[in-house]
Amino acid sequence: MHNRLALLVTLVAGVLFGFGLSWATMIRPEVVISFLTFDDLGLLFVLGAATGLNLLVFQLLPRLRKRALLGAEFEKRPFNADRKSLLGGALFGIGWGICGVCPAPALAGLGAGNTDLLIAVVAIFIGALLHGLLAGRAKAAN
Amino acid sequence: MIESLFPNGIAHYLVGGLFIGLGVATLFALTGRQGGASTFFSACWSWLIKTPFFQQGAFLGSRNWRLVYSIGFVLGGLLYLALGLPQAASQMPAWKLAVGGLLIGYGGRLGGGCTSGHGICGMASLNLGSISVVLTFMATGFATALLLKAMGWGV
Repeated sequence: MHNRLALLVTLVAGVLFGFGLSWATMIRPEVVISFLTFDDLGLLFVLGAATGLNLLVFQLLPRLRKRALLGAEFEKRPFNADRKSLLGGALFGIGWGICGVCPAPALAGLGAGNTDLLIAVVAIFIGALLHGLLAGRAKAAN
Repeated sequence: MIESLFPNGIAHYLVGGLFIGLGVATLFALTGRQGGASTFFSACWSWLIKTPFFQQGAFLGSRNWRLVYSIGFVLGGLLYLALGLPQAASQMPAWKLAVGGLLIGYGGRLGGGCTSGHGICGMASLNLGSISVVLTFMATGFATALLLKAMGWGV
C-alpha cells in the first residue's frame, strides 16, 4: 500500500467524519444527553445513516474485490464479547450518560471551538492509560 | 408524536450521519482499515510508556494512521467552524466531562471499542460481540442519563 497516499486518505476520512459529527450536532454533549433521555431521538438517524451505508460497504466490497483499493487486505473484526468487554461497555455507557461525549465527538468538538472538551479528551487519555496499566499488571500476575 | 420525538427535525442528523459514514467507508474501501476512534487513546501511550501492554503490535502498527485519522476529526470540526455553519454553545459542567471522560476512556478500552468502533464498524461487520457491547452501552447510557435527569442533575 502506498504509505503516503494511505495517510492522506486517512486524513480525508477523518475530516469527513469530524465534519459529519459537527453537522449532526453530535459534538454538542447536550444533544447526546437529550437523545439518552428520549427528548430528541434524532441521533438514531445519525447512527442509522452511518451504519447503514457501511453495512453495504463492509458486506459487499470484500465480496467484489480481494483487496482494498490501495492494495491492502480488508481488516476483519475478530472480536468476541466476554464478561470483561461487556463490563467495559457498561462503564463506557455510564460515562456517556454522564457527559454526553464519546471519543470522536470529543476531538471534533474541540476542533469546532468547544475548548471545554479538552477536559474530556484529557480524561479519556487518562482512562485509557489506567486501563493499559491495570491490564498489563493483570497479565503479569497470570 | 413525531414532532415530540424529533423536536429539531431529522435532516441535519441524516446528512451528518451520511458524512460520518462516508468517512468510515472511504477509510475501509481504500485502506481496508476499520476506523474506530477509541484505540487511538491507548495507541498514543505507546510513544511514552514502554510496558509490554503499550508496546503490543496492534498499537505500534496502527498508531501512525490513528494519529492522522484523529487529527482529521479535529480538522473536520475546525472546517465546520471555519465555514461559519450554525453551532450552539455547550454548558456541560467540567466535573461531568472529567468523570464521564475517565469512564469512557477506561470502559471504551476495556470494552474493545466505542460508538464508532463497535457502533459503526462492528455493526456493519455484523459482529455479534460488537452488537452486544453496543446494546450494553446503550442500556447503561440511557439508564444513567435518565437517572441524572430524575435527580435534577440533567442538562
